[in-house]
Amino acid sequence: MTGTTSPLTAEQLSATTLLRFATAGSVDDGKSTLVGRLLHDSKSVLTDQLEAVERASLSRGQDTPDLALLTDGLRAEREQGITIDVAYRYFATARRRFILADTPGHVQYTRNMVTGASTAELAVVLVDARNGVVEQTRRHVAVAALLRVPQVVLAVNKMDLVAYAEPVFAAIAEEFTAYAASLGVSDVTAIPISALAGDNVVEPSATMDWYGGPTVLEHLETVPVSHDLTGCPPRFPVQYVIRPQSAGHPDYRGYAGRITSGVLRVGDPVTVLPSGRTTTITGIDALGRAVDTAWAPQSVTVLLADDLDVSRGDLIAPTATAPAVTQDISATVCHLHERPLRVGDRVLLKHATRTVKAIVRELPYRIDLSAGLAREIGPAALAVNDIGTVVLRTAEPLPMDAYADSRQTGSFLLIDPADGTTLTAGMTGEAFTGPAATADDDGAETAAADDDGWDF
Amino acid sequence: MTATVGTTGATDSPYALTHLDTLESEAVHIFREVAGEFERPVLLFSGGKDSIVMLHLARKAFAPAPVPFVLLHVDTGHNFPEVLAYRDRTVAEHGLRLHVAKVQDYIDDGRLRERPDGTRNPLQTVPLTETIQRERFDAVFGGGRRDEEKARAKERVFSLRDEFSQWDPRRQRPELWSLYNGRHAPGEHVRVFPLSNWTELDVWQYIAREGIALPEIYFAHDREVFSRSGMWLTAGEWGGPKPGEPVRTRRVRYRTVGDMSCTGAVDSDATTLAAVIAEIAASRLTERGATRADDKMSEAAMEDRKREGYF
Repeated sequence: MTGTTSPLTAEQLSATTLLRFATAGSVDDGKSTLVGRLLHDSKSVLTDQLEAVERASLSRGQDTPDLALLTDGLRAEREQGITIDVAYRYFATARRRFILADTPGHVQYTRNMVTGASTAELAVVLVDARNGVVEQTRRHVAVAALLRVPQVVLAVNKMDLVAYAEPVFAAIAEEFTAYAASLGVSDVTAIPISALAGDNVVEPSATMDWYGGPTVLEHLETVPVSHDLTGCPPRFPVQYVIRPQSAGHPDYRGYAGRITSGVLRVGDPVTVLPSGRTTTITGIDALGRAVDTAWAPQSVTVLLADDLDVSRGDLIAPTATAPAVTQDISATVCHLHERPLRVGDRVLLKHATRTVKAIVRELPYRIDLSAGLAREIGPAALAVNDIGTVVLRTAEPLPMDAYADSRQTGSFLLIDPADGTTLTAGMTGEAFTGPAATADDDGAETAAADDDGWDF
Repeated sequence: MTATVGTTGATDSPYALTHLDTLESEAVHIFREVAGEFERPVLLFSGGKDSIVMLHLARKAFAPAPVPFVLLHVDTGHNFPEVLAYRDRTVAEHGLRLHVAKVQDYIDDGRLRERPDGTRNPLQTVPLTETIQRERFDAVFGGGRRDEEKARAKERVFSLRDEFSQWDPRRQRPELWSLYNGRHAPGEHVRVFPLSNWTELDVWQYIAREGIALPEIYFAHDREVFSRSGMWLTAGEWGGPKPGEPVRTRRVRYRTVGDMSCTGAVDSDATTLAAVIAEIAASRLTERGATRADDKMSEAAMEDRKREGYF
């Protein structure tokens, strides 16, 4: 067992890695109970928080503490007994620290799950064992696939209500895994649980001896955190130019940013985009310390051999593997705002550290996530929570990767230039990597998405 | 490969980052985004541990250049003298510029009235928001963490405030990947929280790793205190102790630093960083639950104050 309930030593705490994960589940799938149990059993719910929940539950006339009150932080959420918005939770075990994006399964599911999944390295999808794979489940898998969350856990909950029967679990796991694979998600771990009774959440189940796999927590603790980023072509969006102009550093000119993928080394020949000028890395400062090598997702400062015109918004990449620049972007988007997105709309596009003007040229199709990914060709508009494809023309060339290759340099936001509202989340290239997506292709950005896009 | 940053974590990859390196890198990224996108950022600096860590991160983010922001402290008038001394020492040492907005000034000229309970924490909102408007700050860094409180768990890293500095949790911009949208109209500003994903323990571990100096009151010391609402409060001109609240000497330390009237001390023997970390790792109380009276006023106390413009 993992020994999660005892206090951690300083040594245990300092060497741990960080896993970001998201949960997805429909209203009554028991997500709050699962989250509550993970938090509670990892000592992340403390006495005063529990007392506050007990007080609030009593004042509502409930006899038992309502663990959902732990996570529903807003007045309106408590009043209505629903979760409105994504919340982030933090807990730790001896092996790892966790950031949990707790995404509500309610009305605004797609937008919220997209938000939570955008930074997640793993998604836990809950299914009620009595209902099996339902429309909502397909939607959750589709969003995880769309956002290219590297790992998916299927938690088949409420096993206590189906007599802990293995065939029930096996059938759901098989159907789920096949559906996920059709979307390009190959890495699925299925776990039979009862969040209420505690089976296989933190403690192994005493009643499901037919299951030989890990508990949910054990899996979260041991699943490899995706550092594939360091195997990808390096990308370094320039955030800020550091020029002290001081007596101690009269000629220092450093380009500050965060490496979004790959490894940078002193001596690397690099190209600055979109200008296309080439030079060499002569130094890397890792937050005040000179180093020879740095990698994603470190924040560093890069020094270049030549005095080029480099500023915020530029992208530095190795000359050999620099991305092409383009003003025509084909992308899959999730529309986030009540204000619809239409052909002809003039927007701002924020990509990495650059914001440019853009126009919506085409809306090739809208995807219905629930009904077998049916495509509505040429929709009049994308409404809130819609997933679809867009063709955009930007006012300036951008160095964009396919989202399948990089979640950082393949993603962008569309912003309303009038009031700054975030309208749309965009992912360059095709939506899915599986057979469903390759049926018909359009746009120039799709080629890169065709090779094994799951290892982003 | 001779010199590289970061230590290898629990996985086999030579490129694995520890959770502290990951959080540091993310926070620095946020500081630099603000420096790149805003005209007049300001960093709230109280001399408390979160703002001390924030300043440390900002200094690393822009080294070897100076921090490109000014600092702002909202002085309740009931601050711990050790903390004010630390604040002034730090500002002088790093050649920073500090704005101080004083609650006392607002009380003296009648713009604010003292509350019956003597607590000045809620009174900070007016001097804070007025200073932001007057100085036309467009980005305001705060050390708020999502683990502190459940309303804060809902807060974005970039949190847009309207011209009245109000937070509307239902109208927050969705925040995806690490693409932060800082667009705002004139008069509006953005609150920025680089420590959003840090926990209290992360902050302490980072302080230990980086060897950051703190005000002494964070470590166990003998102090004259009295008990009110289950907390140890320090006697002072702010209105304590009342008759029937006997003063005694106890060995205590502070987990948070704020207005003396509502920031409680905890019994502790932790005189070193290692002892403090061990104590927090074993604690069954949250930082705020243990030491903040103002959060206990109602179930939505924090949310309500945040709506008004508080941090």
